[in-house]
Amino acid sequence: MCLGVPGKVIEVAGNVATVDFWGVRRQVQLDVVDEPVAPGDYILNHVGFAIRRIPESEIAETLALYEQLITQAEQDDLMAEDVRNEIAGARGDRRAVD
Amino acid sequence: MPSTDRDPALFELKFRDPARARALVEALGRRTAELGRTPVSVMHVCGSHEQAIAKFGLRSTFPRGLNVIMGPGCPVCITDAPEVDEGVVLARQGVHIATYGDMVRVPGTSMSLADAQADGAKIHVIYSAAQVVELAQSTSDQVVFFATGFETTAVATAAIVLGGLPSNLSILSAHKYIPPAMEIVAEVPETKVEGFLAAGHAATITGSAVFEPFVARHHVPVVVAGFEPLDILAGLVKLVELIRDRTPQVVNMFPRCVTRAGNLRAQEQLWKVFRPTGGRWRGIAHVPNGNLRLRDEFRSIDARRRFTIDLASLWDHAPAALAQSCICGDIMAGLSSPTDCKLFGQECTPEKPVGACMVSSEGACKIWHEYGGHPDLGGDA
Repeated sequence: MCLGVPGKVIEVAGNVATVDFWGVRRQVQLDVVDEPVAPGDYILNHVGFAIRRIPESEIAETLALYEQLITQAEQDDLMAEDVRNEIAGARGDRRAVD
Repeated sequence: MPSTDRDPALFELKFRDPARARALVEALGRRTAELGRTPVSVMHVCGSHEQAIAKFGLRSTFPRGLNVIMGPGCPVCITDAPEVDEGVVLARQGVHIATYGDMVRVPGTSMSLADAQADGAKIHVIYSAAQVVELAQSTSDQVVFFATGFETTAVATAAIVLGGLPSNLSILSAHKYIPPAMEIVAEVPETKVEGFLAAGHAATITGSAVFEPFVARHHVPVVVAGFEPLDILAGLVKLVELIRDRTPQVVNMFPRCVTRAGNLRAQEQLWKVFRPTGGRWRGIAHVPNGNLRLRDEFRSIDARRRFTIDLASLWDHAPAALAQSCICGDIMAGLSSPTDCKLFGQECTPEKPVGACMVSSEGACKIWHEYGGHPDLGGDA
């Protein structure tokens, strides 16, 4: 419950964004984030809520750790498990087959 | 002294930027040597920091004499047994309990929510506060959100409260606020913590400024650090530098997520819904202003007011015998390490946890059990 997870905003409808996390699309609430969020932006998701819009200049640096966790972690990696739970924490896209 | 006799190949294996990792490890060794005295103890307050330290084998690279202790940074672990008991009592009354995954297996005084579930209680694991609202909308029964976690997670609870809850949903808040717990730990003479590494994502909400009064009062530096192994090493180098120079201040080493002011909209929502009160944390006793409770305006959705929670109804269940030997509390207070516990890896494992620190993916015991406590860089089987 410490790690937020970055994802790319695909579309915005009211206070809910559809966000792509490494190919998984989820609904993320925008009630808490303190800047306007538009498609193409990256946000930090924590328990289903965007807590920060990640500045353009910081995106590559921010994604690096998660790339490693998502692509290289073994099954019992605790950080990767927390990241997977965070992605699960955003609600499933109703058009996606979960 | 920094160890320079490490096989360079091991750095290649572990780090995305091995040259920078080596440079930081050497710098940390030099800074620690420049202190001219050991041991020096610093504390981080974040389960994800401990995960990264253990996963990347950082402890084996720390110079001798620098102790990096995990403090009360696992929100699941510091939830006190009587708070779990409140959830268990409600569950046994037939109320649906929704809570974050790790909470289900955390022991209360005599049983966990998972034990209550085995007896027929209705327990739902959720990953998002928004899912709780959907759950309540799908039933006419009473649903209680057993809401745990630090300020980052409390903000999500505040958001659903301010969004308006279905009439059958109420909140059992066991949310915690980290800065006051750092005050307590800073005052414990046995730990002698000389600096703190603060967690990046919680500071996303509160801003790094939240630590400024703390630094002024206790004259210990606070460095906000990210979760990459190199972020942590760089944060420690800066922290030891500040200790060496006797210049206690707040330094934000995680500017890509954290600003000085933090997320003001989130702070406004947090304090609109919650008020800080004193309360017990597992392991560090009473923490003034460490608990977040719903404000009076929200009494109608406060599960503690909506229901009668009679903890005495659990008294005929004997506390688990092994739990008496669990030292989870001392571990979270920074007084002991997981390997000091005689249950560790024996009677207490992630499959059959005795204490909260072995349940959560952010608990020190589970992390050490998974990765080894002081794994060598060459420890890759």
